[in-house]
Amino acid sequence: MEWANSILQGVLTGGLYALFAAGLSLIFGVMRLVNIAHGDLIVLAAYLALVVTQTLGVDPLTSLALVAPGMALIGYGLQRFLLNHTLGDDLLPPLLVTFGLSVIVQNGLLEVFTADSRRLQAGGLETAAWPVMPGLSVGALPALQFAVAVAVVGGLQLLFYKTAIGRAFRAVSDDAETAELVGLDNRHVFALAMALSLAIVAIAGVFLAVRANFDPSIGPARLIFGFEAVIIGGLGNLWGTLAGGIILGVAQAVGAKIDPGWQLLAGHIAFLAVLAFRPEGLFPRVRH
Amino acid sequence: MIARGFHIERGGRAGAAWALAAAVALAAAPAYASSATLGLLAQVFAYIALASLWNLLAGFSGLVSVGQQAYVGLGGYCLFALTMFAGVPPLLAIPLAGVVGAALSIPVAALLFRLRGAYFAIGSWVMAEVFRLLASQISALGGGSGASLPIRVVAAVAASRQAREFAIYWASLALALLVIGLIVWLLRSRWGLALRAIHFDEAAASANGVDVRRVKFVVYGLAAFGTSMAGALIFLQKLRISPDAAFSVNDWTAYVIFMTVIGGVGRIEGPVVGAIVFFALRLTLSDLGSLYLLMLGVVAIAAMLKAPKGLWGAFAEKTGFEFAPLGQRVVYDNQTGKPAAAAGGQGDKP
Repeated sequence: MEWANSILQGVLTGGLYALFAAGLSLIFGVMRLVNIAHGDLIVLAAYLALVVTQTLGVDPLTSLALVAPGMALIGYGLQRFLLNHTLGDDLLPPLLVTFGLSVIVQNGLLEVFTADSRRLQAGGLETAAWPVMPGLSVGALPALQFAVAVAVVGGLQLLFYKTAIGRAFRAVSDDAETAELVGLDNRHVFALAMALSLAIVAIAGVFLAVRANFDPSIGPARLIFGFEAVIIGGLGNLWGTLAGGIILGVAQAVGAKIDPGWQLLAGHIAFLAVLAFRPEGLFPRVRH
Repeated sequence: MIARGFHIERGGRAGAAWALAAAVALAAAPAYASSATLGLLAQVFAYIALASLWNLLAGFSGLVSVGQQAYVGLGGYCLFALTMFAGVPPLLAIPLAGVVGAALSIPVAALLFRLRGAYFAIGSWVMAEVFRLLASQISALGGGSGASLPIRVVAAVAASRQAREFAIYWASLALALLVIGLIVWLLRSRWGLALRAIHFDEAAASANGVDVRRVKFVVYGLAAFGTSMAGALIFLQKLRISPDAAFSVNDWTAYVIFMTVIGGVGRIEGPVVGAIVFFALRLTLSDLGSLYLLMLGVVAIAAMLKAPKGLWGAFAEKTGFEFAPLGQRVVYDNQTGKPAAAAGGQGDKP
């Protein structure tokens, strides 16, 4: 039963990893941009939520009403005024600029909030749990987080295939030049994609902050978890990304059960195994 | 006799003479420099080696890695393991660490090369994390908290304190020169030609018979060899190792990227200039702590967007001077008064 419990917790943690991954996957899909600062932006969102909850006295989930639009605005500006200038044939500029951004966000947070670890209080939500059977219970927070992850992935899927903006995303992704020819403003579409990505980052950041302690240095590890979920699931497949997050979460939970020192290592090993045996991911995108 | 009217030469004799003079002056530094200066210079040399190797990967080969700290740490841990458990003399442990790094880079590359472009970058970071987590499982080397180099190992470098400082200084200088020499040699050979072909257009290079995969394996392996040696040397300077210090992304990748970008990506001289500028800045601004890093980030972004050729690139374009030119130039021998024209500097794209 202990094992079942571990695996269940791993699955639910996987939802959080899928949230880390969804924003990353989205902008890679639309503009082939890999944002090395993604993890640090998640942490930035967590700190924004901290400020909002402390000044307005609202609970963390309500703070999203401000944090998500705030992050989206940051994303739009970032893409429009900085990252659009790095896009092109050369791989180096976008990578180095987002790497520089990661250093800036991390040290900026350190300067403002110090290295102390923080945590958001969600009024008992963290400790509430429903017993499934004796010895096995589901925490309210992990369950909510998992449900939100499913909703985000489903929502993105709908947005991509059923809406005008989704059509624009797919168009610039398939052929940016032609998309421009038929009247799309690529710079605006790219900026919207980044805005959406950072809105999802805001959700991920708030859940991260309620779930565990955070400090300015933990961003890169979140980037890596999100990245691993994307690669395990298969590039370009959002539901695959959710599955990738779950596999990563379960691998870590199982590793931790064997030896606490093996938690992270087990996740990385799952990722490397997928890379070795199924480099296209477990659920590569099916071409329609 | 057929007069072609021109011949082709590499040029750069003046640059080579300057470089040689600088190397001789630096090699003689123990005769006139203070012990603190020698220590600082040894650090600069190690960073010149690291930045040159990163430049070889990212600037010349399109392999943008943010995980070279994997090999710095590996080299450091090899130094500790070889000297403490196998009784290898410390200075001999440095090249051995390089060999271990090169050998390990083969399976690592086999996995990482499955990731393309930007995903390779993050994949290399994951690999460095795996190395760090594995290192913290080695209880004989202090696990997560690390270990210090025992006195007997330190004494094995040389008997007196001063002789040790000299030995480490010369080893660091030799490593920087070796790395730069290796890179210049590689880039001037047919491997370099293949690399440039791949960098401009991978598919076209492949169609023209370049074995892209093999070239990338060789370059990645060479970088791993040099980076592991640099790592061993760095931790011989520090005398203490821990997983967090050995596999630090800030110390061994962020700084290195900053140096290369400021100095000039894709130029032999770039990382050297960048490392010197970086240390000059650090001497004056290091009190600022995290603000200093924040500034480095801003400067690197500005340089990448506004001056992608870096300090050395701007200088070389103004003066046409290069220490180690990689391209060939056409020199006209005729009497039409046409001056020797420079063509095909390394920064030019066809």
